[in-house]
Amino acid sequence: MTTGTTQDTDQGQIALICARHDNDPHRMLDILRDVQDRFRCISRATMQTVAEKTGLTEVAVEGVASFYAFLSLEPKGRVTIRLCDDIVDRFAGLVEVTEAFEAALGITVGQTSADGVFSLEYTPCIGMCDQAPAAMINDLVVTNLTPEKVREITAALKDGKRPEDLISDRFDDLSPHARATRMVDNNIRHAGAVLLGPVPADAGLQKALEQTPARIIEEIEASGLRGCGGAGFTTGMKWRFAAQAEADRKFIICNADEGEPGTFKDRVLLTERPHLLIEGMTIAARAVGAREGILYLRGEYVYLRPLIEEVLAERRAKGLLGKTIMGVEGFDFDIRLQMGAGAYICGEEGALISSCEGLPGEPKTRPPFPVTCGYLGFPTVVNNVETFCHAARILDCGAQWFFDMGTEGSHGTKLFSVSGDCINPGIYELSYGLSVRALLEMAGGEDAAAVLVGGPSGTMIARDTFDRKLTFDDLATGGAIVVFSAERNILEIVEYYMSFFVHESCGYCTPCRVGNVFLQKAVAKFRQGLANPADIAYLKDLSATIIETSRCGLGMTSPNPILSTLENFPLVYSAMVKPPKDRIRATFDIQSAISDARVLAKRRSSIYDKDFTK
Amino acid sequence: MNDLPKARIATASLAGCFGCHMALLDIDERLIELMKLVEFDRSPLTDIKRFTRRCDIGIIEGGCCNEENVHVLQDFRRNCDILVGIGQCAIMGGLPAMRNAIMHSDEPLRECLEEAYIRGPFTQNKTQIIPNDPALPLLLDKVYPCSEVVEIDYQIPGCAPTGDVIFEALAGLLSGRFQGFERAHIRFD
Repeated sequence: MTTGTTQDTDQGQIALICARHDNDPHRMLDILRDVQDRFRCISRATMQTVAEKTGLTEVAVEGVASFYAFLSLEPKGRVTIRLCDDIVDRFAGLVEVTEAFEAALGITVGQTSADGVFSLEYTPCIGMCDQAPAAMINDLVVTNLTPEKVREITAALKDGKRPEDLISDRFDDLSPHARATRMVDNNIRHAGAVLLGPVPADAGLQKALEQTPARIIEEIEASGLRGCGGAGFTTGMKWRFAAQAEADRKFIICNADEGEPGTFKDRVLLTERPHLLIEGMTIAARAVGAREGILYLRGEYVYLRPLIEEVLAERRAKGLLGKTIMGVEGFDFDIRLQMGAGAYICGEEGALISSCEGLPGEPKTRPPFPVTCGYLGFPTVVNNVETFCHAARILDCGAQWFFDMGTEGSHGTKLFSVSGDCINPGIYELSYGLSVRALLEMAGGEDAAAVLVGGPSGTMIARDTFDRKLTFDDLATGGAIVVFSAERNILEIVEYYMSFFVHESCGYCTPCRVGNVFLQKAVAKFRQGLANPADIAYLKDLSATIIETSRCGLGMTSPNPILSTLENFPLVYSAMVKPPKDRIRATFDIQSAISDARVLAKRRSSIYDKDFTK
Repeated sequence: MNDLPKARIATASLAGCFGCHMALLDIDERLIELMKLVEFDRSPLTDIKRFTRRCDIGIIEGGCCNEENVHVLQDFRRNCDILVGIGQCAIMGGLPAMRNAIMHSDEPLRECLEEAYIRGPFTQNKTQIIPNDPALPLLLDKVYPCSEVVEIDYQIPGCAPTGDVIFEALAGLLSGRFQGFERAHIRFD
């Protein structure tokens, strides 16, 4: 076969991929994901073809292709191994696991083997903190890794086995649910009354369809349900705004882009309660008058895709999705699954909508808010997975039932994903209002020295404040509870989280893109013992600027690891500070600054090398 | 007033163009008043090469592009009570810091020198040799603003700052009442 014909067939295949998505520029992310899966990279020629087919410019296509971590412009190996580089994984032995992979594959992190078979790379939290260290192998997940397990995996892969065979010998015969639970443990440690206890199928939807849309919204408002993704906006109000908006089309979007490090509750709901989620979305559609829905699943959870697709198909077959749902004339609603491609920022609702529209995942200017001007400019309700599940249960069991659980202002139950230094990491469904200490006792983490509530954009608290309550008004959380024992270095944790934000900033606005880099460097200075007393004020000052001037929630919360540890662990910082000698900056290292010139000039420094005559 | 000891001022021009020193002269006839209050120690204006004793105010023009700049700046920090950065180069690196933009290179310094002495389209260097006399100080990997090398107490912005701004700052520092600049004096647009 000549190069020319390969080119032609490649072009043909790309054209086919584009056609499969109706050459629709709004489906750019799907198109590029398919291209990436097929060709293992998105080449310049590919971008040209995709641009022609979708009627976009090449640079617009490149903008999308270069934005997402799971799309690559360089060829990737047939087996791409992405090691989860979260701080929890690091503390759980990621270094040894990485070394084992590197030794077995003969490549270092960031490289692709010469034969094009293996790629090894790091990726931020993949939502497996309760079974760290974990890694993605193509679309699959392996957890609880040890060097021995790595050697087994790599040996099997080198033997020509498929990644699927690592999970089970009869992988293809297993149901999607069985596959998912073979790969990943649910680790449900405490099932509450709302979500993880017994849930009758579609009872909420049944009752919702007996009521008027306005009545559904009243129910949700009366229940006191607030968004479970982290921000805690009142769900009923969101639905009401969207219902009031006049538009030809309305959308229900489920935010299953669970990217906050340490959060994995949506993963468990998607695995165990997918029907409840879709039921909740359907109820929302009924309430606001939407006919179309999107489930945005984070790229790291692609292993759940077959499961979700099976559930969607099953519900369509049963008349629970599609036209005339449950026989109600005029109630049509269907959902498409939108895969993400490895971008934390897409958990922000504006960025998530951009991503669904086939754009780079950059946040949108607010106002207008999505409820009036969201996906493609139409009114859009974006809710978290857990919020939709709650909504379905509220319709079944009544607003009062839900309202009576929890505390004033924080009603119902919440899923907490507990990970880190505790005996029983996993999912705890508990009523709001529990103290951190009580949760630690349940999880076997009484020895904790620090607990990060709400992930890096939340709050890090110390032992003296473990009696604080898990509510929206005290310690709000999207679900992440990361436990750190006294052996852990707080500054190492903070520096890691700052590097995470540096990596995940979309780059649109300068305070976030540049400011977080400065913050990370400043924390590094503390760790190296090079900080002076003025640097503490500098950290606070710069953090305030970033919070004040950033465009979206990422920058408004990214300084939190620093601010909350400065407040709750002040000694950690002051112990590392020393006044500079002669007011000369310890951070400036003359030896490294002149080392390049020494090599180029082939001589030593007459000032800074004492033995320069030699 | 005349019986008070005069304040001692030292100045240095590091990686700058000497323009800020020239701007000192833009104080014009107020210089006569100023000289009643101060005397100059180490400075290119007096050609004194070493500190004769500790100074009250050190004025630094230019950033640090080579090891000698660093050495001088550290010496000033050790010998002056107040250190003032004057002009864009001292504060941010200024024009010389344009070479910091060569960042996507394995050897940015070599690339910079080759561009300047060999490959540049306007280079007229018949010997095709990059100067490397042992007396030349070694270059730093990039140009550093003064505040990255030592602590700087005050900064006088401008390229070069106007005589008014310089006088305002010096008069304020000498009387111990320096509160920053009037906004109109440091507007450049």
